[in-house]
Amino acid sequence: MPQLSFERNEAMIGLWVFAAAAALVSFAADPGKTRRACRIGLRMFVGICPFLLAVLALVSLVMAALTPETLRAVLGGRGVGPFFAALGIGSVALIPGFVAFPLASVLRHYGASNATLAAFITSLLMVGVLTLPVEARYFGWRTSILRNVLALGGSIVVAGVMALVLG
Amino acid sequence: MSQAFSPKKGAKWALPLASFAAAAGLGIAGHLFPGFAYGRKAGDDFVHFLLEMASVLPAMFLLVGLFEVWVPRAVIERYAGRRSGAAAVPWMILLATLQAGPLYGAYPVAVGLWRKGCAAWNVFIYLGMFSALKIPLLTFEVSFLGWEFSLARTAVTVPVFTGLGILLAKLLPRDYIPPAVLSEDR
Repeated sequence: MPQLSFERNEAMIGLWVFAAAAALVSFAADPGKTRRACRIGLRMFVGICPFLLAVLALVSLVMAALTPETLRAVLGGRGVGPFFAALGIGSVALIPGFVAFPLASVLRHYGASNATLAAFITSLLMVGVLTLPVEARYFGWRTSILRNVLALGGSIVVAGVMALVLG
Repeated sequence: MSQAFSPKKGAKWALPLASFAAAAGLGIAGHLFPGFAYGRKAGDDFVHFLLEMASVLPAMFLLVGLFEVWVPRAVIERYAGRRSGAAAVPWMILLATLQAGPLYGAYPVAVGLWRKGCAAWNVFIYLGMFSALKIPLLTFEVSFLGWEFSLARTAVTVPVFTGLGILLAKLLPRDYIPPAVLSEDR
């Protein structure tokens, strides 16, 4: 069972290389504009920091209660129970994809169906109940709640079709 | 919680500081007392989340700033605006595919696009593709869950979340603009 651990990966390095290159090109073309771009970026970052910090701290308090044994007991096995548990946990938890997929393969080993795994992964990536306050800062509460409700519905549809296709 | 997140200035840092102290305190206690596994895990998870945030967000916000300064509104309106039609979808998929990190890193990009005249459904399609098509994640998924699972999940997720993006945009008021942290008039 993989634990949450920080891994540098190619995607992140790629993002930084791209951002640095873009900033250099921008600075060569127009230092003034580049400074303005940095100010905008910095102000947004500082603006969202307190919210993100609070949410991440709360998420880690919740995540620490979800032990590997709990996940295995709740999500392993067949039937409707594990399916909806997967949706619920996926909606609340914040697990990076690089941990989620190995975790899903462990759950499959413990008897989780394809539908349960698809529900878990899709809701994990698309629904964020605990990160709602952060999302609402960007889109407003109404839009954020709507988006999450629809994404939860989408996760059920994806999982349902997966069950029909793969069994 | 909603109260603490209101724009009241004094309360702005109260909840963040309290939760930060709780997570940090639990982590320290967990490392001091070996029996306190919950505290240790909470602290370690928190450090992990902070590192993940620090490893993605600054680069992301720098790009959003550059995007805001350099990309003309007309370009976004032409390729992803209200009249762009289905041709915009591949662009949204491409944009989401190239991204790293958690979904909350995509919110500022989404708002930046939106405010430059990107149609709402395209913004939501972009967000929706986060669960389906990220190339670095896809290779990971294939190696752990097999290509059958991965292929089926991607093939189902793309149309479902494209449809949901369009539906969500239809449910919003016609000229809705997000409140946005991104604004120079703040």
